[in-house]
Amino acid sequence: MSQAAIEMVAVNKWFGDFHVLKDINLTVEPGAKVVICGPSGSGKSTVVRCINKLEAHQKGTIRLQGRELTNDPKSVASIQGKIGMVFQQFNLFPHLSVLDNLMLGPMKARGLTRAEAEERARHYLERVRIPDQADKMPKALSGGQQQRVAIARSLCMEPEVLLFDEPTSALDPEMIAEVLDVMVELAQEGMTMIVVTHEMGFARKVADQMVFMDQGEIVEHGPPDEFFANPKTERCQTFLSQILQH
Amino acid sequence: MFSSLVAFGLRAGWELGLVRYRPAHAVGLDQHSVLISGMGATILISVIAAAISIVLGLIVALPGQSSNRWLRLINRIYVEFVRSIPLLPMLFWVFYGLPIIFRSMGLNIPIDPFWGAIITLAISDSAFTAEIYRSGIQSIARGQSEAAQTIGLNYRQTMRYVILPQAIRRILPPLANQFIYIVKMSAFASVIGMQELTRRANELVVTEYRPLEIYSLLIVEYLILVLIISAGVRWLERRMGADERV
Repeated sequence: MSQAAIEMVAVNKWFGDFHVLKDINLTVEPGAKVVICGPSGSGKSTVVRCINKLEAHQKGTIRLQGRELTNDPKSVASIQGKIGMVFQQFNLFPHLSVLDNLMLGPMKARGLTRAEAEERARHYLERVRIPDQADKMPKALSGGQQQRVAIARSLCMEPEVLLFDEPTSALDPEMIAEVLDVMVELAQEGMTMIVVTHEMGFARKVADQMVFMDQGEIVEHGPPDEFFANPKTERCQTFLSQILQH
Repeated sequence: MFSSLVAFGLRAGWELGLVRYRPAHAVGLDQHSVLISGMGATILISVIAAAISIVLGLIVALPGQSSNRWLRLINRIYVEFVRSIPLLPMLFWVFYGLPIIFRSMGLNIPIDPFWGAIITLAISDSAFTAEIYRSGIQSIARGQSEAAQTIGLNYRQTMRYVILPQAIRRILPPLANQFIYIVKMSAFASVIGMQELTRRANELVVTEYRPLEIYSLLIVEYLILVLIISAGVRWLERRMGADERV
């Protein structure tokens, strides 16, 4: 039996009295690409943040390759960069050069030597097509370049799963394509990806599962062809017509 | 300031004072050397106390950032308790009281005015230093520690390589302020017999009975000391780029 990369079973989360996640069930096979969409406040970011334990869940089970992830600090530590994350606001380390941003994790968390880490960093910078920016500081780069550095930083940890939390939402329109191109390439190379995004063109191109969330629930879940052609629920129809009308 | 003081002295007919406190005059030079002889002690006490406070403050501040509420409680109790104690009573307690505790424990640890002053200044200041660290650490966006966590860094590594290097730029200016405060508060050491600037001035006042001139010069001595520190801190800030806007 092949083991799911990520498995969420009946996951629930509350922020105080507010029930943000209601019985979330999601299975992500190795190499799968899952796109999560939904209106703001629907809990889609919280789902990915629970998977890599940036947020604690209160009920239910989350497994990474069959091993349960609890909120216990030891369990959180055991993830050790196996679940990469690309943030909406990039979150590059502003006091470190691009190269140092990429080398920090491999050297400190993985114990690579400086030379090994640098080789790896340059390799992934090449893959996101900005090898010539290695020695610059993050703030000297455009938003699109910064986000590609952030993707490369995650890749340097050679993660099992890569999470994207609205990776293009903070970008100027002309920079969205360069980031999406890199993400499409990653998808084609077989990376397991969970992507929270409103970029439906990207979703059509790479997703093999579409998830629509509203008010903390997974309302609709299925292959993209079916999802875009005939959304079953009214909530999903309304959402799609709103974001696709232009 | 000095020249206007001289002018004022002339009008009031204080020839004696002028002669005694004019550096060019032999007698004046003698008096000056007495006044300035406390400078070394003031600087030494302040520097050692500040160095201890900077380390102690960090040790106190870090538990305050923990997710463990008992550790946070220890931090709060220390800060609230220590910063509520006025410096002078604390100095008396350390100098006269602490040796009694040591003796009752069978320890023979004498506390001389030098170390009494340093211990008091360092502990008293550490509560403020801890709060400065706290505000500096908290001013770094949450996304930074989240990004560090996703590339596998543990808490200690996150602090050391990501948070503190960024926080230090914001911590440095208020920390310098605290150092200036320590220099001024070291004057209290005179009451337990430490031969520093203020004590020297007091002794001179007793023999010469020229309080206006002597205390005015004493103020000028502190002014010069503080101006030198300010210049040093500006230089350090420029070197660390703390004056740049992030």
